[in-house]
Amino acid sequence: MKLFLKFDFNTVSKKVLESRFNELNLEYTILGFGEVELLKKLTEEESIALNNSLNEYGIEIVESQKGILVQKIKDVIIDMVFNEETNVNVKSSVYLSEKLGHSYGYLSNLFSEITYSSIENFIIIQKIEYSKQLLLNTELNLTEIAFKLNYSSVAHLSTQFKNTTGITPSAFQRIIFKRRKIAQQKTN
Amino acid sequence: MHTDYIHIILADDDEDDILFFTDAFDELKINTKVNTFKDGEELMNYLNTDKAVMPNVLFLDLNMPKKTGIECLTEIKANNKMSGIAIAIYSTSASEEDIEKTFVLGANIYIKKPGDFKKLKKVLSEVVSINWQYHTNSLNKDNFLLRV
Repeated sequence: MKLFLKFDFNTVSKKVLESRFNELNLEYTILGFGEVELLKKLTEEESIALNNSLNEYGIEIVESQKGILVQKIKDVIIDMVFNEETNVNVKSSVYLSEKLGHSYGYLSNLFSEITYSSIENFIIIQKIEYSKQLLLNTELNLTEIAFKLNYSSVAHLSTQFKNTTGITPSAFQRIIFKRRKIAQQKTN
Repeated sequence: MHTDYIHIILADDDEDDILFFTDAFDELKINTKVNTFKDGEELMNYLNTDKAVMPNVLFLDLNMPKKTGIECLTEIKANNKMSGIAIAIYSTSASEEDIEKTFVLGANIYIKKPGDFKKLKKVLSEVVSINWQYHTNSLNKDNFLLRV
């Protein structure tokens, strides 16, 4: 038997944070995605305990101001790509700049300096990541996925997929399905 | 949790290759820490020790004495402690069939080794950068396939 799961990452993250902060008896308010206000300053031990506790879930405390802004850029992009309710009618550069209150030139330079990659590249990686998910976990075909992700044509998505991963969407799907089949045979 | 460098292990029996690879890594903007092994057996012996540090990415030459890249790949994917390592297989030539088989066995990256150093550097830079993205952005490693 096989289960297919759909995640609401916002809820998952919130639940995880609540359980971690409660466990350590810290008073807190969750302000929004990726932002928590603490009512008291942490002691050295508390800070270490919290860090370790969060790391178990792949969550990390961002330290520097630059790092915080880069994380915000990433969050806006991920929301833009993955959340269908976020309607972006303007160019992503304009959207980012409006949303974060800095010029796109500033954001773009900062992003490249910290991540060794460009904002454009990061958007493409996220879009391809989403199309991979849809290819594997839904019945949508590539044309429908291209439409969903606002590509001008299926050829455009197909080319970008191939350029980013080196393989075609259909080869990708075939390989992962074969892997799953082998894994299933092993467990049976 | 990620650190500010990427930990790489390289297994190759050709000393010139090792030199080329490590030179190419040195020239990257991303900080790297590189360990090398001269064949598959030496590599697996290390990974199986208790104190072994699992790398972020492992470059495996397909043709090595004692244990081939494919044998190492199969052993690593069957081992819980090691199965999270991103694996890059490289070879001078390969058929479509070989490439697909390698991916199905669990490799994340397939590199067809270019003839000259300049191209190799470009390819390795691409591989390490994209791996860095996976490393720092918690992307789904199960869906990480890259062919260069």
